[in-house]
Amino acid sequence: MKIIVLVKHVPDAQFDRHLTGERYTTDRDESILSELDEYALEAALQLAEARGGSKAGNQVIALSMGPAGAVNAVKKSLQMGATEGVHLTDEALAGSDAAATSLALAAAVQRLGQDGPVDLIITGMASTDGETSLVPAQLAERLGLPQVTFASSLDVDGGRLVARRDADTTSETVEAPLPAVVSVTDQINEPRYPNFKGIIAAKRKSITTLSLADIGVDAAQVGHSGSWTTVANAEERPPRTAGTIITDEGDAGIKLVDFLAAQKLL
Amino acid sequence: MAKVLVFIDNPGTALKKSSLELLTLARTLGESVVALNGELHSDVSSTFAEYGVSTILRPSAQDLDDYLVAPKAAYLAAAAENTGATTVLLDNSPEGKEIAARLGIRLNAGVITDVVAVEADGTAHKSVLAGSYNTACKANTPVSVLTVKANNVVPEPAAAPGTPETVTVEVPAGSTAAAARITAREQKVASGRPDLTDARIVVAGGRGVDGDFGPVEELADALGAAVGASRAATDAGWISHDAQVGQTGKTVSPQLYISAGISGAIQQKAGMQTAKVIVAVNKDAESPVFEIADFGIVGDLFDVLPQATAEIKKRKG
Repeated sequence: MKIIVLVKHVPDAQFDRHLTGERYTTDRDESILSELDEYALEAALQLAEARGGSKAGNQVIALSMGPAGAVNAVKKSLQMGATEGVHLTDEALAGSDAAATSLALAAAVQRLGQDGPVDLIITGMASTDGETSLVPAQLAERLGLPQVTFASSLDVDGGRLVARRDADTTSETVEAPLPAVVSVTDQINEPRYPNFKGIIAAKRKSITTLSLADIGVDAAQVGHSGSWTTVANAEERPPRTAGTIITDEGDAGIKLVDFLAAQKLL
Repeated sequence: MAKVLVFIDNPGTALKKSSLELLTLARTLGESVVALNGELHSDVSSTFAEYGVSTILRPSAQDLDDYLVAPKAAYLAAAAENTGATTVLLDNSPEGKEIAARLGIRLNAGVITDVVAVEADGTAHKSVLAGSYNTACKANTPVSVLTVKANNVVPEPAAAPGTPETVTVEVPAGSTAAAARITAREQKVASGRPDLTDARIVVAGGRGVDGDFGPVEELADALGAAVGASRAATDAGWISHDAQVGQTGKTVSPQLYISAGISGAIQQKAGMQTAKVIVAVNKDAESPVFEIADFGIVGDLFDVLPQATAEIKKRKG
């Protein structure tokens, strides 16, 4: 199988995150591989390993679009076990919204399909910075492929995939012909940690750098000029301040209800 | 007058509150047109009239529900082109966002998710980075597609009811060819509690409940609230993953958020930033959650929550 996994370099959610510059783009210093993309990579690795791994010609390609630092998301993917890495990077891509991002990624996927057809594109359920979860569906629409999003299990048999999706009130079983775009939730597996062997092996794996010219996309189609949405203004929400803090002396439950009553929340 | 297309998916016998909110918002932006999928019951039809809907569009195909997203997006694109709508409004559910995503590509339209307010000129307001920023954004395309979060508009019928006409829209042939097919559906057991994403009150438990969600659930039921949980609690298997609030779970912005036994690490704090009032109960006085709580109790949730539950029941009679 030939599987492309989309991996994104995002600001670490365990620290404060900021918008920056005139156009309010995300500050990407101090970034990491998006935690939600580790599940996508693990799902791809399991599919490849079940078919004999790289020795049997199965490819797991980690593809990241982003500034120079985004190569770190690709490197971590290689340490986890991806067979090769691709870093799509170009000044003109900065500030791309979901539509422009999906356009560039669709072109990159098509470029990677020139050396042999792609069977699956796997993504995380959302990025942990943009949080729109638009890109997987937009990528599927642009490539004319079926999409199976929020998969909590994934099996491939012959030219078809079967997935399970858990919503609040229903669980669904879904089938689609390959190639397809699949996004997976954090319930699908437990992503592995890179081990020493994986870290050493990653040093020998190749990372291909692609520019816009390499994927045949014009600079005007991406970045701020190619985006269909504009952020006109952004204001940091004033930090919440602590209110009344009491220590329970046996009647805190009553005081809690008094507080709710005073706030007209009962 | 600009036309605003509202997507209503399988309303059943009555429109849900979030649909009424979309219809109310649509009237502030132009003439409202509904693209319906599923049965049209007479009660729903009269509600559309009350809310000033001018046209009800229905798909030519009956099997849109058998597929994931793609055919619904194709139907909506045809509906938008048919009516010349310049704004399309959808629910901010996972499915709503995905339909919006594909629709945006089909119509070359900018998509904005998680919208909480829309100005007359189409500027949409939303919060980003887990509630740490409020932004104003706009689609710079002829058509804009917006998914709107529940509980931000007060539903209000139109001053003058409409007499909507019904029109069938041809779903483009071949729209199911590249779509995933749903082959089985199981209903999960319903909890009877409000849905976490649009609940007015959320009571959430974390590591501190130590496997026992009883006191959290009882307080939630006394308040008519939804039950939420931190990731630590769902990962430990103490409660269903559906209850998870925050980064990989659900974003909530209730009137009241009661956090019990949750330390308030930065990503947990982020998940509750936009609640109007935050109450925190935690044994550890050093918990970061107390930095953002409007009312904090340093105490044992197994004492405080049951006492509060009993007091609420007593006052409510």
